Amino acid sequence: MKTNDVILQTVTTIVSFIIILFSIQLFFAGHYTPGGGFIGGLMSSGALVLLLLAFDIKTVNTILPIDYRLLTAIGLLLAVGTGAGALLFDVPFLTHAYDYFHLPLLGETSLHTAVIFDTGVYFVVIGITMTIIQTIGVSE
Amino acid sequence: MTNLLILPILIPLFTAIILMFISKYVKVQRGVSSLSTLATIAASLVLINTISNDGIQTINLGSWVAPFGITLVSDMLSALLVTTTSIITLVVLLYSFKSIGADRERFYYYPVVQFLLVGVNGAFTTGDIFNLFVFFEVMLMSSYVLLVLGGTKAQLREGIKYILVNVISSALFVIAVAYLYSVVGTLNMADISRKIADLNQPGILTAIAIMFLLVFGLKGAIFPLYFWLPGSYYAPPTPVLALFGALLTKVGIYSILRTYTLFFYHDTGYTHEILSMLAILTIVLGCIGAIAYWDVKKIIIYNIIIAVGVILFGVSTMNPEALEGAIYYLVHDMIIKAALFLLVGVMIAITGTADLKKMGGLIKEYPWLGWTFLVAAFSLAGIPPLSGFIGKLLILRGSFAAEAYVGAGVILASSLVVLYSVVKIFLNGIWGTPKEYNGISKGHARYLWMTSAILVVLAVCYGFGAEAVRPLFSQAAEVLVNPNLYIDAVLKE
Repeated sequence: MKTNDVILQTVTTIVSFIIILFSIQLFFAGHYTPGGGFIGGLMSSGALVLLLLAFDIKTVNTILPIDYRLLTAIGLLLAVGTGAGALLFDVPFLTHAYDYFHLPLLGETSLHTAVIFDTGVYFVVIGITMTIIQTIGVSE
Repeated sequence: MTNLLILPILIPLFTAIILMFISKYVKVQRGVSSLSTLATIAASLVLINTISNDGIQTINLGSWVAPFGITLVSDMLSALLVTTTSIITLVVLLYSFKSIGADRERFYYYPVVQFLLVGVNGAFTTGDIFNLFVFFEVMLMSSYVLLVLGGTKAQLREGIKYILVNVISSALFVIAVAYLYSVVGTLNMADISRKIADLNQPGILTAIAIMFLLVFGLKGAIFPLYFWLPGSYYAPPTPVLALFGALLTKVGIYSILRTYTLFFYHDTGYTHEILSMLAILTIVLGCIGAIAYWDVKKIIIYNIIIAVGVILFGVSTMNPEALEGAIYYLVHDMIIKAALFLLVGVMIAITGTADLKKMGGLIKEYPWLGWTFLVAAFSLAGIPPLSGFIGKLLILRGSFAAEAYVGAGVILASSLVVLYSVVKIFLNGIWGTPKEYNGISKGHARYLWMTSAILVVLAVCYGFGAEAVRPLFSQAAEVLVNPNLYIDAVLKE
């Protein structure tokens, strides 16, 4: 008998959206409040895992056609690249820069290169978690 | 340029990341990884030149001043080890092109080797005790992958043991750092040294010193903690084995060398006494293993353990001459161990067996291989004027000056055993009656031999040019004897 998990799938489509929004909120809050790239990335991959539970690997791959190994590499490149950007200005590796900008809608905002580093961490965490889970899920 | 000393870490790191994007293009990977390793060597040579002209180089990551941020410190010892590491990695890469096999190459072999280089170079360069832990982990994670990559039964079995031992020792490392941090309240190595000098090393710090010896002894395979090494190193394929044998245990030795000369040099009666006893026992045990086996890989593996003992005995005397000898021997041993593993790998590839009793007469078909092996063997045993000689001589002179006669005697006797064990390989495997082999073709063997011969040539030049490079080694030893040089360079006082 084929099980009918219509409730699980309906709830998942809504809930995973909320989880991803929350993880992005955590990610951007990291500079001033608890949060940051690591927990944000874990929570985003939590949402993706929920999708995997409710549907199957094939469906999730058609919704989100992402090669998670490449995502890991892109994340590393962002993180190390931000650090190495300091080399261009002849200051020590990993020296960050920030400034205040006037953005439309958001008003006076502080932009910091540490966010790019954190984006790298975010991608690496998602990439690694999803690679592990998908690899275990596929292998017989 | 402010960032010079981070280049030997940064170049392989970038390479590893780029190689992850092109994991299916084996030829491109080969080209990129060898070119970037060449660049790493170039950067580390420039670094040596800068240090010999301007003294110890430091960089405060993120522009945070010394005790508060992570400081990378490159003194002559670090720079020499970084250079040696990069050269060995390049040779092993060249050797891998024709020996590791396309399956492994397509599954992230080259990126992982680059990550290993990041870890080892980072561990040699860092000036922060917790950062040292992180680089240890980078190195160990890569070594786990290299050890199990390929997934044969032996590799998986030994992989579990190796990972288990190293996870435990890493946990101990964290605990030791936690104790140290709760006593001195800082993680910067120069600052720790200054705080310990202020406290005049009370009993708790001696206990922490022993704990560090335990941790680094597990990584570096000293006497009671070496048990995992013979099995784990036996499993992986030759190029990986050469990397492990040449680099991994040496990072443990470097860490003991650093902590015991920079931190715990006030109350040497207890800690250094234990270190010297353990070193002697390590030599004895390594000798027993080196004589006992008729397996070419096992013999060289036990020779690693002997060398660990010899170097650490030099460290334990805290004599300037012995310390210089220890550094000299450390670099020699990295080069010659890699060379020997690669040469033994060629022999195994030709004969299809690691058992000496099934080999014989390789000299007839492969004279170049035989004579190169003999030179490498003599160099390992320390026959003048080859590279193993001067380091051992300095260690011996230092230990005689420190009146450590037992250790000196054991080291002298161990040289004979080392010579016996490798000449045994020569006489049984390379000399003797030729047998039928159905291993690799002659041209293939010639390529593998040529790459490993690079290291043997290097070792010979290192031995003959001992006088020319002596100032570098004196400069390296000077920092170990006088930790204030290191502290002043980091804290800029």
